[in-house]
This record gives sequence, structure tokens and C-alpha cells, in this order.
Amino acid sequence: MTNNRITDHPVLGKLENQTPVKFTFDGTTYTGFEGDTIASALLANGIRQLRVHEETGAPRAIYCNIGHCFECRVTVDDTDGVRACMTTIRENMKVDSGKLQAVPFKSKPEEWPRTYAEFEKSSKKDGVPHV
Amino acid sequence: MYDVVIIGAGPAGLSAAIACRESNLHVLVIDEFPKPGGRLLGQLHQEPTGEWWNGIEETKILMDKATTLNTEIKCGISAHHIEKTDHGYSVHTNEGVFESENLLIATGAAETAVPIPGWTLPGVMSIGAAQVMTNVHRVRVGNKGVVVGVNVLSAAIARELQLAGVELHSMALPASNPVTKNHANPRKVMEGLVRIAHLAPSAFIRFGSKFAKAEWVRNIAVSFYPKGGVKMWGMPIHIRKAIVQINGTEKVESVTMCDITADGEIVKGSEKIIEVDFVCIAGGLYPLAELASVIGCPFQYVEELGGHVPVHNEQMETPLEGLFVAGNITGIESAKVARAQGTLAGLSIVKQKLRDHKDINAKIQQAVANVQAVRDAASIQFHPGIDEGRKKIESAFEEYKIS
Ligand SMILES: Cc1cc2nc3c(=O)[nH]c(=O)nc-3n(C[C@H](O)[C@H](O)[C@H](O)COP(=O)(O)OP(=O)(O)OC[C@H]3O[C@@H](n4cnc5c(N)ncnc54)[C@H](O)[C@@H]3O)c2cc1C
Ligand code: FES
Repeated sequence: MTNNRITDHPVLGKLENQTPVKFTFDGTTYTGFEGDTIASALLANGIRQLRVHEETGAPRAIYCNIGHCFECRVTVDDTDGVRACMTTIRENMKVDSGKLQAVPFKSKPEEWPRTYAEFEKSSKKDGVPHV
Repeated sequence: MYDVVIIGAGPAGLSAAIACRESNLHVLVIDEFPKPGGRLLGQLHQEPTGEWWNGIEETKILMDKATTLNTEIKCGISAHHIEKTDHGYSVHTNEGVFESENLLIATGAAETAVPIPGWTLPGVMSIGAAQVMTNVHRVRVGNKGVVVGVNVLSAAIARELQLAGVELHSMALPASNPVTKNHANPRKVMEGLVRIAHLAPSAFIRFGSKFAKAEWVRNIAVSFYPKGGVKMWGMPIHIRKAIVQINGTEKVESVTMCDITADGEIVKGSEKIIEVDFVCIAGGLYPLAELASVIGCPFQYVEELGGHVPVHNEQMETPLEGLFVAGNITGIESAKVARAQGTLAGLSIVKQKLRDHKDINAKIQQAVANVQAVRDAASIQFHPGIDEGRKKIESAFEEYKIS
């Protein structure tokens, strides 16, 4: 098992007397410490990837680690879009990675409007004004 | 109904809460991070005097004071909307709406994202993310990494990673593109390096700090920058090399590094692959101020302060009655300045609430002077023109009042 804990630190001292907390991620049970966020507990166990991009399936993990970027969104006890870097783990918490989503109106990047003027033009073509 | 709701439990918000509680105001502090302390928590640097600035200890001091004063602090609560009401402000959060007569927004700063090819791969993170993982959560962000972006914050955090036993290959610049601009320009970066030089135990850099105040000296230093980089704490800092791409399929496997000219142009054929398992991107900080704009506070763009900041005066008041700001939302400075600004904002709120309360005016004057004194003595300065920036925003406040 990977253990990425910094147990000894020359200035901050030793990491001692931590309370273990068990939670699951995609069905596997992991142990973190009380006070850990989902992101830190998983990284301590060697797990970086938290989700895939909803459309492309590309792997994603934390970016800012302080709640600003929403790159770390996971599903917690069946609520989706929860920031893994801002949510502390609880005993028996069920965490699931963000999954690929169905894309009902798939388009190619080449077809995307590049400017607002282009966008307006393409939506006018259909006779439906943009609101 | 609270006398004041404070959004953000960083050094600014906590100090303000303490000042308000000392005059017995009804205060609520909310913060979306699970622990109070804000970005202070992760900070760990050695002052030029040799003393350590330990953010966890500094937070504890503030929290002990706040707790003794029975301050209500709720963590894990995000404010996502604010409304102006007849009696003050309604703060909308994921845990309901809080009503308050006055409001202090002390939301701090955010990091500017620097997109480079491959930056969405797991293992790429902002430099601040690595700081929090290392010092707050005590988790290693990887086995060997590279820092992209050379500035005061990334140099300080690179040192923190080293202290925690995390290996760094080097620090280098991002490849030049329309977004990276100054961060990718060796001359601009050198200007910044000169300002942090007193923190580095390296003869070369100390030499630079003494003499490179003149532009022509800096130009020579950039032109003849050593190929192996200049070592700070044994780690090479490259300002004539850039990371052009981050490689990997499921996660970071390596980066592609290139030589660059003194103007930041890539030298063709100089590509080198460096194996790393994490990358930290440092694009600098900007004030996190969206909540102030949601309620219609006027803004001014001031480069020296780090971007768009809510218009405010020396006493931390905005043109909106009962709305105050403090800390990095007012401009990017060190935690000590944020703390002093928080105390000042707290006193201004006490004055707003209790009017002719004891010797409040004298206390406010003293707090204003203290902010300036702390600023002048700061060992970490994010922008050399900070005083000028402060003047600009204060005159914007005056103009706003007149119009
Ligand atoms: C990633 C990062 C690393 C930094 N590292 C250093 C360093 O090493 N040395 C240094 O001198 N300075 C550093 N700084 C600068 C830092 O901003 C100041 O030192 C200082 O912490 C600012 O204090 P503050 O109280 O203004 O804001 P902060 O300390 O940032 O506190 C603001 C708080 O507000 C909370 N918040 C924000 N928005 C909301 C919302 N909508 N709802 C609820 N809560 C919210 C945040 O969770 C945070 O806890 C860093 C800044 C960042 C962003
Ligand atoms: S990593 Fe940015 S919000 Fe969680």
C-alpha cells in the first residue's frame, strides 16, 4: 500500500496520535486521518485521479486544492459535484469518482462558434433568437 | 440578525472578528475551508532574521484569542450570493441565509491559472495546492517534480517542499503564450528575483540583490545567466529555460524543457525530456473579489494590488454603507499585513455600529499607522509598487464619494 504521509518534518514536527477514518472510493475501502479532505486522504493512499472529463473521458485530479477551480468534483453519498479538496472524510463516507456522461448533442470543436457574432449568426439561421 | 458577518476566516477575517468581539459585537465568521486560518495555515518560511514564520502556530494564536472571546466561527460553509436588504445584507450559503447589519468580505486571494499543454493531467497542480497538501494535510504531492513559474511565492513554496523531503528537479519558466506573458519573460522574472534575493542563501543572488537594482545590470545577468541555473537551497532556478509541455497519458510522466532567449523565445532543437511525477504551476495571485461585485461594490483595476479590487478607503470601508473589506481581497500582500488590516476593519465596524464608542477614532488612527508599519517592514513583498497601488485605490474611493 502506498503511504505518502509526511510523518517527520524538521520544523512542523512529527505527525502523531492521528485518528484513522475509513471511507470508500469507487467501492474500495481506504483509511485516512481525521481532518483529511477526500483529496488528501486519497493522495496519501497514492490515488491522484478523482474523475474523468464528462465528455472526453480524460483523467482529472486536483488543481488548486483550495476550492476555487472545481477540478476535483466527486460524488459523495450520492450527491454529485462535491469538491474533494474542501470536504473532510467521515467514517463510512461513500465517495465515487466523476464519470463520463452521455452527450446528447455531440459537436466537433471545428463546429463551435469562435466569436459571439458567429454564435448569433448561427443561431439566427435557425430562426430561433437566443435568450 | 448579526452586527457583522465576516466571510473568510483567514488572518484578516479572524483579526477583524477579534476586534469586533472585544467590543462585544454580535459576530459570525464563515469559511468554506474545513479549518479556520485561510492561506495562513500553509505558510512556513524563514525570516531574514532566521526566525520561522509558522502559519499553523500563527493561526493557533488567532484562534485562541477568538475562542476566548466566544467568537462564533463556522467552517465548511460557502457564501455564494449576497443581497443588499433594508437592514443590511443577506448572505446566502449552502447552510442557509444569514442576516447582518454589516458585512466584511475577507476572502483572500486566488492563484492565476497558467495553461500549458498537458496541464489537465493528474499530477499537475498549482503551487499553492502543493503548499496546502504538504504543510496542512502532511501528504507528499509526488516523488520528483518541477516548478513552472519563478516568483516570490513559488520560491518560498519550493523551499517548503524541500523541507518536507519532496524532491524538485528545478524551477523554470512557462513557455511564452498570450496568457503567460510576463511570467515567461526572463527580464521581467529577473526583476522579481532581485526582490526576493534577500531570502536566498546564495552568493550569486545576494550579489544580484545589491547590484541589480539598475536595469543594465539585470540585462547582463539575464544574458549571461548560467546554463545550469542559479542554485537556491541547492535547487536550480532556471530563467533561461521554459517548460513547453507536460507529458503523460493517465498522469504526469515527464515534462519537455527548452532553452529560451533573454526575451523568452524558444531555442529550436533544445528540447529535453525530464522525468517527473508532479508539476506545480505558479502564475501569481489575484484578489478573490467576486462576492463584492455581486452586491454592486465598485471596482478599480490596480496592477500593483494584483488586479481588480473593490474600491475602499484607508479604513477598509467601501462606498456601500456597512460593507467592509480586508486582507488580500484589497491587494496581494503578506499575511502580517492582512492581519493588521483585519484589526483595522474590525475597529471600523465597531465605529459603524456603536458610533461614538470610547476612544475609537484614536484606535482606528493607530491601526491605520500599524498597517503601514507592518507593510514597510514586510520581508515578503508581492509587488514593489504596493504603496503606489494603495494610493490609487484610496483616490478612487475619494472620487467615488464626490461623484
Ligand atoms: C495558495 C496561496 C498560497 C499563499 N502562500 C503565501 C505564503 O506562503 N506566504 C505569504 O506571505 N502569503 C501567501 N499567500 C498570500 C495570502 O493571501 C496572505 O498571506 C494571507 O493569507 C491573506 O489573508 P486573508 O485573510 O486576506 O485571506 P486568506 O488567508 O486567503 O483567507 C480567506 C478565507 O476566505 C475563505 N473564503 C473565500 N471565499 C469564500 C466564500 N465564498 N465563502 C466562504 N469562505 C470563503 C477561504 O476559504 C479562506 O479561508 C498565499 C495565497 C494563496 C492563495
Ligand atoms: S482542486 Fe480546485 S476546487 Fe478542488
